[in-house]
Amino acid sequence: MSFPWAEQYAPKHPFMRYMDEKLPLPRLVFNAVGGGYPVPRNLNYFWNFGVLAGAALMIQIITGIVLAMHYAANAGVAFDSVEHIMRDVNSGWLLRYAHANGASMFFIVVYLHIFRGLYYGSYKAPREMVWLLGLVIFLLMMATAFMGYVLPWGQMSFWGAKVITGLFGAIPLVGEPIQTWLLGGFAPDNAALNRFFSLHFLLPFVILGVIILHIWALHIPGSSNPTGVAVKGPQDTVPFHPYYTAKDGVGLGVFMIVFSLLLFFAPNFLGHADNYIPANPLSTPAHIVPEWYFWPFYAILRAFTVDFILPAKLWGVLAMFASILLLFFLPWLDKSPVRSGNYRPLFKKFFWFGLIPCVLILGYCGGAPAEEPYVMISQLASAYYFAHFLIILPIISKIERPLPLPNSITESVLAKHTDGTLGDATPAPAA
Amino acid sequence: MVRILGPIVGLGFVGVLLWSLMWGAIAFVQEPPKATAEHEFHKHPEKVDFSFNGPLGKFDQAQLQRGLQVYKEVCSACHSLRLVSFRDLTALGYTDGQAKTLAAEWSTETPSINPETGEPATRKSIASDRIPSPFPNEVAARAANNGALPPDLSLITKARHDGSNYVHALLTGYSAQPAALLKHFPEAKTGEGLHYNPYFANLNLAMAPPLTAEGQVSYADGTKPTVDQMAKDVSAFLTWTAEPKLQNRHRTGLAVLIFLVIFTGLTWMAYQNVWRDKKH
Ligand code: HEC
Ligand code: HEM
Repeated sequence: MSFPWAEQYAPKHPFMRYMDEKLPLPRLVFNAVGGGYPVPRNLNYFWNFGVLAGAALMIQIITGIVLAMHYAANAGVAFDSVEHIMRDVNSGWLLRYAHANGASMFFIVVYLHIFRGLYYGSYKAPREMVWLLGLVIFLLMMATAFMGYVLPWGQMSFWGAKVITGLFGAIPLVGEPIQTWLLGGFAPDNAALNRFFSLHFLLPFVILGVIILHIWALHIPGSSNPTGVAVKGPQDTVPFHPYYTAKDGVGLGVFMIVFSLLLFFAPNFLGHADNYIPANPLSTPAHIVPEWYFWPFYAILRAFTVDFILPAKLWGVLAMFASILLLFFLPWLDKSPVRSGNYRPLFKKFFWFGLIPCVLILGYCGGAPAEEPYVMISQLASAYYFAHFLIILPIISKIERPLPLPNSITESVLAKHTDGTLGDATPAPAA
Repeated sequence: MVRILGPIVGLGFVGVLLWSLMWGAIAFVQEPPKATAEHEFHKHPEKVDFSFNGPLGKFDQAQLQRGLQVYKEVCSACHSLRLVSFRDLTALGYTDGQAKTLAAEWSTETPSINPETGEPATRKSIASDRIPSPFPNEVAARAANNGALPPDLSLITKARHDGSNYVHALLTGYSAQPAALLKHFPEAKTGEGLHYNPYFANLNLAMAPPLTAEGQVSYADGTKPTVDQMAKDVSAFLTWTAEPKLQNRHRTGLAVLIFLVIFTGLTWMAYQNVWRDKKH
């Protein structure tokens, strides 16, 4: 679907007309990311991150496929095959550092993308399905990154795999058999490494498929915007191409600059030194920590320290999964009809002074050793996290008095400019 | 439904978390975590002014050669470099011939078999061999080192936090145990066969100070072989063994950045141009 004023695809060249009759792929592209997709004219830079996440996935797939040509998924040689890539393969160091830092960049842009959705209420009707599919992508990404980190078979690879698969051991009765079945053994070894490689190769393509659904679902209502007010007429939108292709180009440039700074000048900054030590099942590292992008969830996992009906470890596992799964219910927990946080004074306070610091603190504690005071701080922050989504948000959406919304996107744009015109040839309609 | 169940689940998690927090806080007050000797006396390495530091840093070939000499004359008695082959050393400015000679004259030979009997044997190394371990296996290595295993050093500067500075600090940081440490933590007294070093994570390691006296190696290029200098040189060399493509990376990075800044500038101009007549 699209708005009735969307530009129509009109092939001029006879060959393109022929193609359009037989296989209208160019038409699909035109309607998806070309002139045929009308987009609100007032998007800010937070709307760049979806495209950037797509770019990051492409970088992962391309570098990953070439890495896989040189990598050997066998516990005896995996570590050395990665060093072979670093030392002997032409530009292998570039591929590998691009892939490892590309994963971090992927998470950075996806976290900003999720942040945008949370603040501007993009998860609300009519875009619930887009949000749900996004969360599926996020879960798949986490699985992919976790298994990818196991592949170089360093100390953190091995011990990370052991700790995370050990979480299944917390399930009563069937936990341990499930863990053994998942690993193909009692501890991570060759069987686990091989299946992780196979799945690590597969999942990015599954992600690609879900991304197509995500964008399909988005294009039915069309993009939201920083005011959260629905599109009302043609003056509210601009065609995706050239307006947003141009803007996404700038975003891509900045993304690539940040990525290059990491990749070329600090490629191991986000990694853990222990992963340059070959996996050794007999020597446990002093601190086992996952990659930075899992730290908030790791902090929640470790915050449960006391048995209460259920064992503490099981509480931790349940809470860690719940912390993500609850986001699936967000469209129904927050019933406020106003989308954008800009017009929600109470929501805004809890968002900036509650949720954001709480997630940052959880991230910090997740990377720190499991000692006091970090455990107590994680307990407080985790409690706030659950309270924010499950208790505070539903209450706010009941009691809050939102600020007056602009009547339309156009009106909000006009309010920012004193000369009372939209700048284009058409005069501004009477508000 | 969601708005009824949600808060119930929320209260459940919050309740168990606050319950955990309460017990944690009680334990914290009743028995505050004890200071440990590691916590009080562990030191972070001082920054060394290496030529490869910074975004455009380069290796100093003369320094790498001196570092190789320290490794060869001192460290190779216990540590291998299993990811570095002799011919890789041509990157330090040696010719193929020199690399071959270095291999052939290396103090430890490469494990092999006797071509007639098949018995285990050793042979002279060739340029494509990796720099061997002086010990035939782990058991022998431990037996010769009080039960400790000298790790392979190929990746050591990446396998430790702040590795290049760390190796230098470790080699120059041996000292007697401070009196304050012995006074407050008598149980942390350095054990038999161990050596006190505040830069090592648990303060005591099995490696005896390998660099002990000025002039332990004599440099051909006239550099004064102080302990500090030897430690710097060997750390630089071990940075090269861990990251031989460092210079390549810096150079490529600079070119890529210049390209990207121009590219981004152009996209910015295109963006301004496209949006010229659209207020937003
Ligand atoms: C006499 C044998 C011997 C010599 C010579 C020797 N080492 Fe060691 N080295 C060891 C042993 C044994 C260990 C293991 C120490 C432990 O784990 O307690 C070790 C450990 C190390 C470590 C790892 C410390 C850590 O953080 O785990 C480094 C780095 C190191 N040596 C560097 C060197 C350098 C550089 C030289 C040459 C200047 C050298 N060693 C010479 C025996 C030796
Ligand atoms: C969603 C996209 C992806 C993410 C988030 C991701 C993440 C990761 C991570 C974190 C690592 C460990 C990096 C390291 O320490 O070296 C890794 C390694 C690896 N990945 Fe991926 N990856 C993705 C896609 C792919 C694809 C599509 C392939 C191949 C088809 C692939 C192949 C590999 C290989 C071979 C390794 C091991 C080599 C190495 O350790 O450098 N990856 N990946």
